[in-house]
Amino acid sequence: MSAVEPVNTAANLLELEDVRVRLGGSAILHGVSFTVAAAGVTALLGRNGVGKTTTAKSVLGLYPATGSIRLDGRELIGLPTHAVARLGIGYVPEDRGVFAGLTVAENLRLAEPREQPKAGYPRVYELFPVLEARAAQPAGTLSGGEQQMLAIGRILLRRNRLLVVDEPTKGLSPKVAAEVARALKEVAETVPVLLIEQNLSVVRTLAGQAVVLDTGRVAHRGATRDLLADPARTNALLGVSTARADPVRADTARADARGGTA
Amino acid sequence: MTTVLLLTATGLGVAALYFLVASGLTLIFGLMDVLNFAHGAFVGLGGYVGWTVADRLPGSPGLVLGLLAGVAAGAATAAVTELAVIRPLYGRPLDQVLATVGLGLAIPALLQAVWGADARTWTLPGWLAGTVGLFGARIPSVRFLLIGLAMALLLGLRLLLGRTRAGLVVRAGVEDREMVTALGIDVRRANLAVFALGGAAAGLGGALFGLYQGSVSPGDGTSLLVYAFVVVVLGGAGSITGTALAAVAVGLVQQYADYASASLGDESVVILLAAVLLLRRRNLRGRPA
Repeated sequence: MSAVEPVNTAANLLELEDVRVRLGGSAILHGVSFTVAAAGVTALLGRNGVGKTTTAKSVLGLYPATGSIRLDGRELIGLPTHAVARLGIGYVPEDRGVFAGLTVAENLRLAEPREQPKAGYPRVYELFPVLEARAAQPAGTLSGGEQQMLAIGRILLRRNRLLVVDEPTKGLSPKVAAEVARALKEVAETVPVLLIEQNLSVVRTLAGQAVVLDTGRVAHRGATRDLLADPARTNALLGVSTARADPVRADTARADARGGTA
Repeated sequence: MTTVLLLTATGLGVAALYFLVASGLTLIFGLMDVLNFAHGAFVGLGGYVGWTVADRLPGSPGLVLGLLAGVAAGAATAAVTELAVIRPLYGRPLDQVLATVGLGLAIPALLQAVWGADARTWTLPGWLAGTVGLFGARIPSVRFLLIGLAMALLLGLRLLLGRTRAGLVVRAGVEDREMVTALGIDVRRANLAVFALGGAAAGLGGALFGLYQGSVSPGDGTSLLVYAFVVVVLGGAGSITGTALAAVAVGLVQQYADYASASLGDESVVILLAAVLLLRRRNLRGRPA
């Protein structure tokens, strides 16, 4: 695809402007506007049901949206999902989107790009050796963490301009969640990531910028550090006092801290 | 013993027809979530186009060309249906179903308008018109042709789904169509291919139904479609092997029950369906309900 040539050199890779989504007669997004930087991780935060996943899906063209969603200045609204994906947006959905009845190898093969289909494998196997070890196994028999690694590894076979990753640590044990977060951190060094995540310790470790949604609108934009340094604001926006008050999350945070050297 | 053999051969022959019709239905439903009520129309059209060719051209060449014409008619009609009727209605499943119901009624009416309401006799070539002796039972030769072609289709579909990239896309699409598109794959091409392939199998089924009955009539497709739907439900949507096993189960149960009591054949299929649904407690897609 020649469309992956950068059109502008501005710091913003993805721009959402007044994005509105109606599903089943009710408005889910009431005009969402924010930008995703061309490097690093931008977190998309908010309580359950505020429209984070809807935002992700409308970027991918999985939900019909109005307004404007631009990748490098190019309008995505109206494009079918496969065309959005071919422009270089990689998607790891909340339910992981792993094809349970297909083997790990088949899941990977589906994601291979048309040009140089095998070029991405060494890096994926380096990040997630388990995928090589279990290539012949049906993906449905993998553990939750391994399925998440497959979902992330699979999309890395493609040439991505941006990854949209929805709740990658959800339902994982703290140790596995930390492992996934560590891999994402490594991935984000080369590909910008829009990350939906409830686990604030993961957000703190990975995301430089944070966008907070509240009932279908953007309630906060700014540096993650500033947001999380303000417990009152964090509590008001996300409904949690501090991330570390939750023993499971505190455990993840410790695992994260160890992660750098483990 | 000879009765059991004859019933079994007949049951397997009917099962072959059910499989030919249901294999397309199950892939279409599995991949696209479209309950294709027009599938019976592809069967009917395949039967009539096949009969027309075989009627003009007697003997074995006419038979082979008739079957091929039935396949082509089914595939072409199905492809046009996907492009002209189903595709404009993507994302509107109820409208898609209603449109296929409409086609399923319109095409048999058209067949009747063109070829008349009475059954047209399909004269078989000599080698196929007789019977084959098997352990004392006289089995009509046509049954073997039906069974053989259905097994060839089963094998071919399994190879296609299991060994090719197109098959991989279809299998993945049956599980999660959205995710397939999110991987940059244009699933519309798979939809069209599956529709055409399903239509080809249905067209072949229609022509073979003509051979089996020795005639074609406008209602053929609709009568096969009912059982094909039962087979799809029993076999699990999107599963070719499940569909084949379910077709055999329905065909055999129907024939055995029919022998026990002439009215029991069709009821037994409904009883089988109810029993499996109650015991399995899974929905149509094979996932826990």
